[in-house]
Amino acid sequence: MTKLTDLTITPALEGLKTKQFSAVELTEAHIAAMETPQARGMNAFITETPDVARRQAKESDARRAAGTAGDLDGIPLAIKDLYCTKGVRTTAASHILHNFEPTYESTVTQKLFDAGAVMLGKVNLDEFAMGSGGVTSAFKPTISPWSGSDPAKATRQLVPGGSSSGSAATVAAHVAMGATGTDTGGSIRQPASVSGVVGIKPTYGRCSRWGIIAFASSLDQAGPMTRSVADAALMLRVMAGFDEKDSTSIDTPVPDYTKALGKSVKGMKIGLPREYRIDGMNPETDAIWHKGAAMLRDAGAEVIEISLPHTKYALPVYYIIAPAEASSNLARYDGVRFGLRVAGESLDEMYANTRGEGFGKEVRRRILTGTYVLSAGYYDAYYLKAQRVRRLIRNDFLEAFKQCDAILTPASPGTAFAIGEKMDDPVQMYLEDVFTVTLNLAGLPGICVPVGLAQNGLPMGLQLIGRAFDEETLFTAASALEKAAGFEAKPPFTA
Amino acid sequence: MTIDQTTVERIAKLARLEIPAEEKAGVAKELNNILNWVAQLNEVDVSNVEPLANVNDKSLRARADVVNDGGKPEDILANAPSSTADFFTVPKVVE
Repeated sequence: MTKLTDLTITPALEGLKTKQFSAVELTEAHIAAMETPQARGMNAFITETPDVARRQAKESDARRAAGTAGDLDGIPLAIKDLYCTKGVRTTAASHILHNFEPTYESTVTQKLFDAGAVMLGKVNLDEFAMGSGGVTSAFKPTISPWSGSDPAKATRQLVPGGSSSGSAATVAAHVAMGATGTDTGGSIRQPASVSGVVGIKPTYGRCSRWGIIAFASSLDQAGPMTRSVADAALMLRVMAGFDEKDSTSIDTPVPDYTKALGKSVKGMKIGLPREYRIDGMNPETDAIWHKGAAMLRDAGAEVIEISLPHTKYALPVYYIIAPAEASSNLARYDGVRFGLRVAGESLDEMYANTRGEGFGKEVRRRILTGTYVLSAGYYDAYYLKAQRVRRLIRNDFLEAFKQCDAILTPASPGTAFAIGEKMDDPVQMYLEDVFTVTLNLAGLPGICVPVGLAQNGLPMGLQLIGRAFDEETLFTAASALEKAAGFEAKPPFTA
Repeated sequence: MTIDQTTVERIAKLARLEIPAEEKAGVAKELNNILNWVAQLNEVDVSNVEPLANVNDKSLRARADVVNDGGKPEDILANAPSSTADFFTVPKVVE
């Protein structure tokens, strides 16, 4: 029989239904994988929760026996440590929340548990999701399973991408069957691309943000990371939906995304934005992009060139708006109600000491940038200006979608970089999100699908962008791309 | 539009963020790099363009103004670094 950790979610659910194995067996296989020295060497988990997993798996088998199993019943998942989980430490990979134990459950994790999902643990990320490599975590960097058969001992340790670094690493290494991620500027799609997994950021408002630790509220979205497009469709269907506890959640029905899989793309118009052919582009990235376009053309789609004229301004807009919102959101970490407190002579000094010691370098940098662009005298020149250009970026997409049904682009500028690289100049790290950040500003859905390996043997993915609330077209196109690409490469380390 | 150490100190105070003295020069340099980089937005003509704060242009939903949660002081204080009775406690503010 196939190793249980080699199964993706869709066939595993079939195996559970037909009693080939139990949820307890499936969960035990993944707990064993999580506890191997090689898996632990990836530093992917901040908190392992095998006891929670075992209890949930037992309950899952009881539900299945009683005929009340849910859509993800018995499936072991990794949860990004940005989702509040009741009674389980939730850190945002920050020292300032090193001891925070929520007394409530995030809406999305509650939905997953209501559908029967099993939690293996809370996985690593860039601190407060601010980063593109998983390297800003206060709990040490996550190491990609693509680094070598024993990632911790690899001579060149690669990042799994970020900020959803632990999510990407555990899914790629077959430690978890799927994971939750969050995406503010590319934090699901860029790690999916460099780790060789599938990741979708749905439309803004599709998933509730309630109980997910906020980074930039007008950009943050939750989404799944999996090893197949079908699994992403299954997970997103469970995670999505209106929630009155999130005022930006949209009250619109959630379609059964699995019905969009495998449909023909005949007649579908796929746009290739000419502005994404950026200066100094990695030739392999360009090549795989055109290979992906050819695959969709061969499957019957019509590929056309489109224009998104304001693309080059997306990153500068993002690096005004995201820090501005972050500086406001992170004002709550003051040492009074939760998390770290560092003493001071006065209340103000206690705030400053707590925040100075509790936040890492990149988070401090973004708080300062955000505070500056919102401060008196600079608000109009930076923040309002950025919001105006943001509208132009969104208008570009509205125009483009008059001509095409989906847009195909690279998902990351290159393959995974090594831990320690891109650290000297923050702007170099920011450029990792050049292909993904536009969608967050426009609120649109995007999915990343692994398409091939570069000459260095590392995975490369492509991104499909859709109209707001039209994730179905994305799943149709993504499943066609997945089928044509036939990506089956595994990292040197899989559990 | 250049950020010097005095500006860093001013922003850090606004953000209630203690920056070690030896890091201030580095922070000023990094912020300058970032601001010089975002300055390319000045090329864009945005006259007659309204700012976009939320992609879902509709105004946010309102709900009835009623109490729908509460009565759980233990939950709220569960993570407090310091509390007394049903209150958070902080260093003395008033002499």
